[in-house]
Amino acid sequence: MAPTGLSKKKGAKPQKPPLKKKQPLNKKQKKNVPIATKRPKEDVFSDDSGSDISNENVKAPKEFEEEEAESGSDAGSDLFSDGDDDPLADDFLRGSDDEDKASESGSESGSDSDSDSDESDIEKKSRAIDKERAREEEEANEEMQLNIKEESDEFLLPTEEELEAEKQQPPDLSNLQRRIKEIIRVLSNFKDLCQKGATRKEYIKQLKLDLGSYYGYNEFLIGVLVEMFPPVELMELIEAFEMPRPICLRTNTLKTRRRDLADVLINRGVNLDPLSKWSKVGLVVYDSQVPIGATPEYMAGYYMLQSASSFLPVMALAPQEKERIIDMAAAPGGKTTYIAALMKNTGLIYANEMKEPRLKSLTANLHRMGVTNTVVCNYDGKELPKVLGLNTVDRVLLDAPCSGTGVISKDESVKTSKNLDDIQKISHLQKQLILAAVDMVDANSNSGGYIVYSTCSIMVPENEAIIDYALKKRDVKLVPCGLDFGTPGFVNFREHRFHPSLEKTRRFYPHVHNMDGFFVAKLKKMSNSKATPTGAEPVETVEQAPELDDSEKKTEEKSQEPSVQNGTAEAKDSKKRKKSNLIEKPKDKKKGKTENGDIKPPLTVRERKKRKFPPREEISKAREEKRNALRQEKKGNGRKKSESRK
Amino acid sequence: MRPLDEAETTAVFEKLYKFTGNNLKNIVENPSHEGPDPNPGRYCFRLHKNKVYYVSESLVKRATNIARANLVSLGVCIGKFTHSSKFHLTIQALSLVSANARHKVWLKPTSEMSFLYGNHVLKGGLGRITDTIAPGDGVVVFSMSDVPLGFGVAAKSTQDCRKLDPNGIVVLHQADIGEYLRMEDEL
Repeated sequence: MAPTGLSKKKGAKPQKPPLKKKQPLNKKQKKNVPIATKRPKEDVFSDDSGSDISNENVKAPKEFEEEEAESGSDAGSDLFSDGDDDPLADDFLRGSDDEDKASESGSESGSDSDSDSDESDIEKKSRAIDKERAREEEEANEEMQLNIKEESDEFLLPTEEELEAEKQQPPDLSNLQRRIKEIIRVLSNFKDLCQKGATRKEYIKQLKLDLGSYYGYNEFLIGVLVEMFPPVELMELIEAFEMPRPICLRTNTLKTRRRDLADVLINRGVNLDPLSKWSKVGLVVYDSQVPIGATPEYMAGYYMLQSASSFLPVMALAPQEKERIIDMAAAPGGKTTYIAALMKNTGLIYANEMKEPRLKSLTANLHRMGVTNTVVCNYDGKELPKVLGLNTVDRVLLDAPCSGTGVISKDESVKTSKNLDDIQKISHLQKQLILAAVDMVDANSNSGGYIVYSTCSIMVPENEAIIDYALKKRDVKLVPCGLDFGTPGFVNFREHRFHPSLEKTRRFYPHVHNMDGFFVAKLKKMSNSKATPTGAEPVETVEQAPELDDSEKKTEEKSQEPSVQNGTAEAKDSKKRKKSNLIEKPKDKKKGKTENGDIKPPLTVRERKKRKFPPREEISKAREEKRNALRQEKKGNGRKKSESRK
Repeated sequence: MRPLDEAETTAVFEKLYKFTGNNLKNIVENPSHEGPDPNPGRYCFRLHKNKVYYVSESLVKRATNIARANLVSLGVCIGKFTHSSKFHLTIQALSLVSANARHKVWLKPTSEMSFLYGNHVLKGGLGRITDTIAPGDGVVVFSMSDVPLGFGVAAKSTQDCRKLDPNGIVVLHQADIGEYLRMEDEL
């Protein structure tokens, strides 16, 4: 008996590891087994050998169940055989209530069967049972976590082989989408959810690839978007780009009022609403029974179909009556007609458009809407200052040609057609245009002196970088746009550090404001000089002798500054000179219009200077000499005194 | 851009007179508030590339430094001269003409769209008509809600219109606002 039992146990030993693994699967069944087989087990007690065999047989068919169970029938069977061998019993005991009962009953029955030495055994066994239970719970927890981790690891696992396999097959959209969502989830809680050994970069790279192939973006554009937005917002933005923005129209206040127009259109069967609080002329169209672009009211010029974001630069510009305005890129004329409506057909608008084919729609719209104060011309925007003159107009609107990344919902080809070269070329053009715009504005106009720069793009090199360039190159400053509901522009972006006032510019996004991506900035021209603003120029004007430049920029006496002539070698002075120079210039200008901002002050200015002070070096020398003289006197006196005392 | 010469001026004024009659002086002597000058100037006509523009003088002054090749439009274009030097009024003159029109016709809502497609006005579509229309007079066409739709030439006098059968032509179409959509390129 014993040897056979031992041999069986020996046989059972190598089975232990595999059985242990299966125990989680088999635990539930093994729960049942002892309950079910209590009676047979009791019967079995009489036959030790028989118990092993029968229990093992009972085990085998039930091994297919998968469950996190607590104990194993191995334990059950071994328990009953443990009556013979205690150390083995300790190893195999796995705690469960039923198993405990079984084990207890087994141990009891075992103790019944083996009467004497079992009381200490029972205690040992119960302790062992507790230990086993604790261990099992731990393992159960670990397994749960293992299961979770397996799920989160799955989407990073696209190894190179998997990726290549994917490339060869047609793209599996649901798989891509699942992966995108999972990566975003991981990225939003990176510490806890990331796979070991995987860097953030790898996740982002995979995300870029997936987004590009799922939504149809090229690598450049998706890279730019990923750099600009955090992952969750990026998804919102991309989803927003897939949907079209609602159609808006603007009432032509030259001919009608919004309320009347809304009534007429509703009668025709158009479903519309006022646009927002910030616009008194906008209407948004939900649906319409008649084509909204072909109603008699449209043809009579009562309204204009225009996207909501196009209202914004004109609202920022705020043109007043009887002003002179230039619209540098006017076609198809939505903004120009809005400007004319705000000005009530007074004043003068120059509407410029470079591309000939678009001129026809511009003139047609102007005539249709009843605009009479506009001159339409066909120039390249960079040439306009030569034609229309420098420092001549009150306000300029520059709705610059851009990459169109904000209006992807209207034009999907932008997703694939833009590259770094395109952006660089466009930003170069925009820089030239904005300088031309600034040059045309008269800083001293009574009511104006403003430039509004806007693009329908969300990329930083086309927006903030251009404004920063203008701030450096001309004497302008940013002022609030008057549009409170936008997102402020970037002051710092990646490696760029822009002027802090750039937070007064406004950005608009489709997923936040439900209008096309847009950027608006309003600049005020401080003076007509083309010199860079004060403080930017290094200490150039330090020469002793007055040079031509100096003579131009020298201001007169400032009661602020005693020592002016002969170049005091201090930057502060040169700066102050320029500042006061700039203030002086407008006064000079009143004498007559000049082409450039550079004006040579007449000689009378210099004559007005107060008495010339000697340079500071000479003054300090003179003082030193005096002091020396005094010292010598003192010494002399002292000697005399001492001599006299003596 | 140049001012109109004698022949051209007479041609233009003749056409306008058909629509406005004695109100023509309103057109010519209208004080204009356009332009940045504080004093209202006056309007004048200018010819540029065979098109006649009705512009305020202050605009004209400031448009002189735009080259001839690059100037596209000034103020309101009211018509153009054909190759054989005949003058036709275009639809852009509608606002000017309708403000000073003497003969008017109102259309029923059902026949608005027909006129906007370029068809002539039939008796069946006529809502109201001013009296004293003689054949050959210029007539401005309105909708019942007083929205100007276009203009044309009267085919019959008012009296004769009453005797017409419903399919008779009352106003011969010359221009309508549907042209902004149909013929944008030719404007």
